[in-house]
Amino acid sequence: MMNTEVATTPLSPAPGRAGAQSTRLGDTLFHLVCLAGALVVGVLLALVLWQLFKGSSLALKQFGWKFFTGTEWNPVTDQFGALPFIFGTLVSSGIALLIAVPLGIGTAIYLTDLAPVRLRQPMTSLIEMLAAVPSVVWGLWGLFVLMPLLRASIYPLLQKGFGFLPLFQGPIYGIGLLTSGIILAIMILPIVTSVSREVLRSVPNLQREAAYALGATRWEVTRIAVLSYARRGLFGAAVLGLGRAIGETMAVTMVIGNTPFIGWSLFHPAGTLASGIANEFTEATTDIYQSSLFELGLVLLGVTILVNIVAQAMVRTFTTAETRRVA
Amino acid sequence: MNVTSSNHTIRKAKSLAMNGLCILCAALVILPLGLILFYLIQKGASSLNWAFFTGLPKSAGVPGGGMGNAIVGTLELLALASCIGVPIGVLGGVYLSEYGGERINTWIRFWADVLNGVPSIVWGMVAYALVVLPMKGFSAWAGALALAFIMIPLVLRTTEEVLVLVPRSYREAALALGLPQWKTIMRIILPTARRGIITGILLAMGRVAGETAPLLFTALGNDYWNKNLSKPIAALPLEIFNYSISPYDDWNRQAWAGALVLVAMTFCLSLSVRLFSTGRFQKNT
Amino acid sequence: MNLTMTPEETKTAPRGQADNAGTAAPRLQSKPIAASTTSPAVPALSVKNLSVFFGKHQVLKSVSLNIDARAVTAIIGPSGCGKSTFLRSLNRMHELVPTSRVEGDIRLFGEDIYSKSVEPVIVRRRVGMVFQKSNPFPTMSIGENVVVGLRLNGVRNRTLLAEQTEKSLRMAALWDEVKDRLNAPAISLSGGQQQRLCIARALAVQPEVLLMDEPASALDPLATSKIEDLIRELRKDYTIVIVTHNMQQAARASDYTAFFYMGDLVEFGPTAQIFTSPKQKRTEDYVTGRFG
Repeated sequence: MMNTEVATTPLSPAPGRAGAQSTRLGDTLFHLVCLAGALVVGVLLALVLWQLFKGSSLALKQFGWKFFTGTEWNPVTDQFGALPFIFGTLVSSGIALLIAVPLGIGTAIYLTDLAPVRLRQPMTSLIEMLAAVPSVVWGLWGLFVLMPLLRASIYPLLQKGFGFLPLFQGPIYGIGLLTSGIILAIMILPIVTSVSREVLRSVPNLQREAAYALGATRWEVTRIAVLSYARRGLFGAAVLGLGRAIGETMAVTMVIGNTPFIGWSLFHPAGTLASGIANEFTEATTDIYQSSLFELGLVLLGVTILVNIVAQAMVRTFTTAETRRVA
Repeated sequence: MNVTSSNHTIRKAKSLAMNGLCILCAALVILPLGLILFYLIQKGASSLNWAFFTGLPKSAGVPGGGMGNAIVGTLELLALASCIGVPIGVLGGVYLSEYGGERINTWIRFWADVLNGVPSIVWGMVAYALVVLPMKGFSAWAGALALAFIMIPLVLRTTEEVLVLVPRSYREAALALGLPQWKTIMRIILPTARRGIITGILLAMGRVAGETAPLLFTALGNDYWNKNLSKPIAALPLEIFNYSISPYDDWNRQAWAGALVLVAMTFCLSLSVRLFSTGRFQKNT
Repeated sequence: MNLTMTPEETKTAPRGQADNAGTAAPRLQSKPIAASTTSPAVPALSVKNLSVFFGKHQVLKSVSLNIDARAVTAIIGPSGCGKSTFLRSLNRMHELVPTSRVEGDIRLFGEDIYSKSVEPVIVRRRVGMVFQKSNPFPTMSIGENVVVGLRLNGVRNRTLLAEQTEKSLRMAALWDEVKDRLNAPAISLSGGQQQRLCIARALAVQPEVLLMDEPASALDPLATSKIEDLIRELRKDYTIVIVTHNMQQAARASDYTAFFYMGDLVEFGPTAQIFTSPKQKRTEDYVTGRFG
């Protein structure tokens, strides 16, 4: 017969209080380290705002509000007005949205309701691969493939057919507002499509069934039960695309021509906030020049943050409302 | 009242037309991908040779040479940026998932998402002001810092999203066994979510590997092998950019080759992400 | 195949009313309202050997029954017995599931609804449906919801639409409650009102048959009894098929009852007979609550 003795473990983990203390110390340290990691987010935010304000302080003092209304950007005379770059940013992003939003929503409709089930995942993966192509590669392709094609065939056609509009008048350089808009459209397609798809997927099936039961055709079901229901979320997807387009740098820099420009012709070279910085930062010889570029960065930052906040709010309230309703 | 659908043929035609339009949209969206891959291979593959991968750039206008230093430079920058960005991001993600209060966490998440939308060139400007100006020179450190700035909010959010999926019961079981919280996290929670966390890191690395703008005035670029991290360093995207806007045909040709290599790198990363994330803790869509 | 019969033509199909006291024959044919039809009555829906498959899984096994015009037929059975699938096969709604497959024959007043030349869109206009959970279109007002089906079919005339709105809302016993706020959003109504709105919406396109999939299961008892009263009223002009898991509701509201179990139609007959003297033991077990 075995006489087993079961050793009992004392409740306190180690002789003395050292054991308990080291556990508490370990926990506290780890907690603090993790907290520090999380707070880096706040630090980064503060950092970016501080550095940009600091860098642009000279220009802010010197130009004040005229920076935003000034139409002349002249490094030679040290006159810096940001309006041409703001104009270029708005127009190229606007063109990108006009092209990418209908295409993206149409593709999202296809992926949620029309495509055969087996095709859906592969296609979604393909679109994600599109998003993985680096900006500079799009710029390269845009510069050497797209631009010559547009300049040789499409733009002359546009000018011939729609030349009565001031949009399509003027000399055709190839690089310029329209080309950069097209490249931007290609680059924001993945995000507009995937967010639209998420939005459309969160439309309850019951809505579609209600329309089908009334004898609606497939398109009518999409129109009545899905698109109008998802209006707000789709708009958020478009605004997200806008945010992405505004901040896009390299591809735009390579095909827009980098000339401060405000005018009607879409064929004319122009510049965006990001492309201006990218092109001229290393050449900024004077303090005021560099400071003005910092201020361009500040404007860019402000606009992108604002647009992104609005977009996130729209998409989030839509999709969480849907998941809450289903639950 | 007769409710027969007299316009039925019109409705049917309209439905078919609109559906056809949507299919067209999908095709148009996929088209650029095919075009890019086609041209990359057509224009770039022929320039890929041993000299390209191992050689240094020649002077302007002189044909030949390679992007060896740029490829290595990109890897160096990635490694440096990850060393800075990954630990911070992961620890921050751990905080959001395991500690923290409701309010502070909401704010941190919100601002992390905002930071994710900051254009990368702005980070370049910040790194310029923080590192290049004081050091009075461009360096690999500056470039890596700019890239790390991009990685941190990205890794933080993906880590948090993955950790939240780990079932509560694991934590409770570990605590009930007498493990202190930090050990629970380090030994049990993090390893369980390992796959998802690595996926997030790979995604961030893939995103950052292709970035050019933040390096324009931080890392600057270099025609030689970089041995000193306090000096400018070459990077593949930078080299592609400089070569493509140059007037020299040979450099343009090399730009295509470089782009092919870069896209191959990022695609490999995406592929490994996909392979990795088909594990137990993939996010359910 | 021409499936564009107008509602006027369908009204000549004779009535079939079961005698609630009990022993009427399961098929219709007693007193025609007007001395119109001479041929034997055409059932509203005649189902022959219907089998429904989802992929490899067979959900309905060779079901055959006839649904009389202007009567309420209840479909009862435990969860998973296939009653919803049966209902949905009557207006081809199950086709929304890609792996579905159907064998057998279903005829709407004699016309094959599964024939190759017939489009589901037309079938669904003639056989309307109300769902378990009310689903008015939230971006439309009450009035817009009612006439959305009409608009789709090309009706543009404003007076006609207004008339039909009032008519349908009255039929759904909702007119008095909403007549002053037709422009209010549909989702501002209560659950029970929304369901009646969905009924009005379905009725506005003047279907010949109305299918109801557990229409009151998500509603409180007061709203439920309003729906049941509504069904009794509607029975005078419409053929109604209602799926319900509430046996008392079936007993209260229907003329005929079909009992399904595990994909089989176990028994079908006048409601009174099914509940008081069922022929099958399984039916008896179910209606007396021994299982289900």
